[in-house]
Amino acid sequence: MEKVAEKVSADTPATAKTVLEVEGLKTYFFVRQGVVKAVDDISFSLKAGEKLAIVGESGCGKSMTALSILRLVPDPPGRIVAGSIKLDGKDLLKLSDAEMRKIRGNQISMIFQEPMTSLNPVWSIGNQISEAVMLHQNVSRHEAFDKAVEMLKLVKIPEPSRRAREYPHQLSGGMRQRAMTAMALACNPHVLLADEPTTALDVTIQAQILDLILELQERLGTAVVLITHDLGVVAETAKRVIVMYGGKIVEEAAVEDLFENPLHPYTQGLLAAVPHLAALSTQAGEAASRNRLKEIPGIVPALVNLPKGCVFAPRCPHASDVCRNEYPPYEMKQPGHGVACWHAGKLAGGAHA
Amino acid sequence: MPDGANDMNANVPVLDVRNLKKHFPVRKGLLRKVAGHVYAVDGVSFSIARGQTLGLVGESGCGKSTVARAVIRLIEPTSGEVRILGRDILSLSKDELRESRRQAQIIFQDPFSSLNPRMSAGEIVGEPLLVHGIGNKKEREERVAALFDRVGLRASQMGSLPHQFSGGQRQRIGIARALALDPQLIIGDEPVSALDVSIQAQVINLLMDLQAEKNLSYLFIAHDLAVVEHISHRVAVMYLGRVVEHAETRALFSSPQHPYTEALLSAVPVPNPRLKRQKRLVQGDVPSPINPPPGCHFHTRCPYATEQCKVEVPPLVEVAPDHWAACHLRKPLVAVV
Repeated sequence: MEKVAEKVSADTPATAKTVLEVEGLKTYFFVRQGVVKAVDDISFSLKAGEKLAIVGESGCGKSMTALSILRLVPDPPGRIVAGSIKLDGKDLLKLSDAEMRKIRGNQISMIFQEPMTSLNPVWSIGNQISEAVMLHQNVSRHEAFDKAVEMLKLVKIPEPSRRAREYPHQLSGGMRQRAMTAMALACNPHVLLADEPTTALDVTIQAQILDLILELQERLGTAVVLITHDLGVVAETAKRVIVMYGGKIVEEAAVEDLFENPLHPYTQGLLAAVPHLAALSTQAGEAASRNRLKEIPGIVPALVNLPKGCVFAPRCPHASDVCRNEYPPYEMKQPGHGVACWHAGKLAGGAHA
Repeated sequence: MPDGANDMNANVPVLDVRNLKKHFPVRKGLLRKVAGHVYAVDGVSFSIARGQTLGLVGESGCGKSTVARAVIRLIEPTSGEVRILGRDILSLSKDELRESRRQAQIIFQDPFSSLNPRMSAGEIVGEPLLVHGIGNKKEREERVAALFDRVGLRASQMGSLPHQFSGGQRQRIGIARALALDPQLIIGDEPVSALDVSIQAQVINLLMDLQAEKNLSYLFIAHDLAVVEHISHRVAVMYLGRVVEHAETRALFSSPQHPYTEALLSAVPVPNPRLKRQKRLVQGDVPSPINPPPGCHFHTRCPYATEQCKVEVPPLVEVAPDHWAACHLRKPLVAVV
């Protein structure tokens, strides 16, 4: 709790210290058909109080990245085969299981997509939150329950002391996701991983939950990694964005930069493929309804036995021989804007290509 | 047994639904007594002209999927009237109903659970032809191959099982099956919601191309407003079993007349980081359809609710030319008779 004041002041990423540093992370799954490179050599860092989004389609490795950070990769068949994950300078991959348990839910915690399956149905909400508190803080059961009620109040659940005694099935989907958020934030973590926190929710409830996560993030100074496939959610919540495809980071940039000047053909394709609400779009004329959407041909690749070269090459309109033979290096093209594409220089500003 | 649909007057709507209701009984206790009803669909009316798309939007539990199933009698409506090409569907016998289903087909949301895992893709697409006794084996195979080609699958994949296809390809199989009988009307129950963005665009484009080619009518159900705006000519918004607003797409999205539509539009995240909108968030959750609030169902979450809203159900009235809304705060164009 003492750290709150210090963290709140550090809201400018330029001066803030790095809380999470992932380097060369590889998480592979060893299955009968071969090796699935779910996360393949990714590196990124997160500063205190920062809002980072990881965006990509199903199977791109974004959820596996989060599970790797928490060391929750199902083993077997999965294993982190290389890399380091430093939280406040400490490499999580070198910790024992017992030490890791002290960190999970305390310094780093996670909100999952399905609030239905990630809460224990036979324990009351208040009990589940106080369990996390008691595990990490030296408090009595009574104090922990009071803390749980306080957290439920913080996430704006009406009548928190009554709700704390209720069970997950008695709450609506939105309320459950609020309870999950309360649990994740109960020990005041430095880093919050939110894996598609609003995907299962209706749009009006989604807006409420995103609003809540952002408000608490600012108030508590927690750094947030938001994992999502929804570009609208990214635009409205994140400051910096990482785009993943086929287990790799293909592009990373500040959010305005990414949406206005995407350098990777996949990012360009993704942005062009989403229908925009014309009434709310700045380019209302362009987004007029009933035009053909720009599509990305082909299918999302299976991650078993990937072809050599760029993973996106089979679907890419600009692919050349070099793309099909060699994976492009990840390069900083502009300050804070990195991309892994052989043709990125030529494609700058080519969002309409 | 052609039912004369083709020589029907072109002005007859392909689908005409009047006051459709579906109430599911809720049973409780040892004797399974009826303790109440879920008012899943509570008096819904709309019609779709030839070659047009009606988008039906709303949040989970608003009854939009029930409407989709009730209009082709996959579930029996409690009351109301459903006409497909002028023919009353609800009074048909079982055999007549099967015949009528040649005109109206449905595509489901989940391409993983809506295809029989033990049938090959070719069998799945050809099954409607078999059921309706169309052509011999060779003709059916040719037809299926042509359908595969049309929806962007390779005819060589006809022998593959559903699990060998990706999500987007499975949805193409579902579309090919729906097209097999050359229907006039296709009902899509969240047909693109389970797909990735890059694949979703492919399927939306395919649906729109097919519509232009065959002059199909779509009842397109979705919760993604941007997708609905893109594909629909007209849009109806549902809340707790009732249509609260209904208008031509552009009018509905540019000047929403019902506070719920306004809230829905405001809640959609827009993929433009520079656009800073003042969001009008609605509070609270969708109430239970077992015991919906009296009066206007939306009054518990509506920022403008008055005393009248709590007791009196607002009728769906024309508030601007061809723009219908069910809200006490909107004045009708002409006095309600």
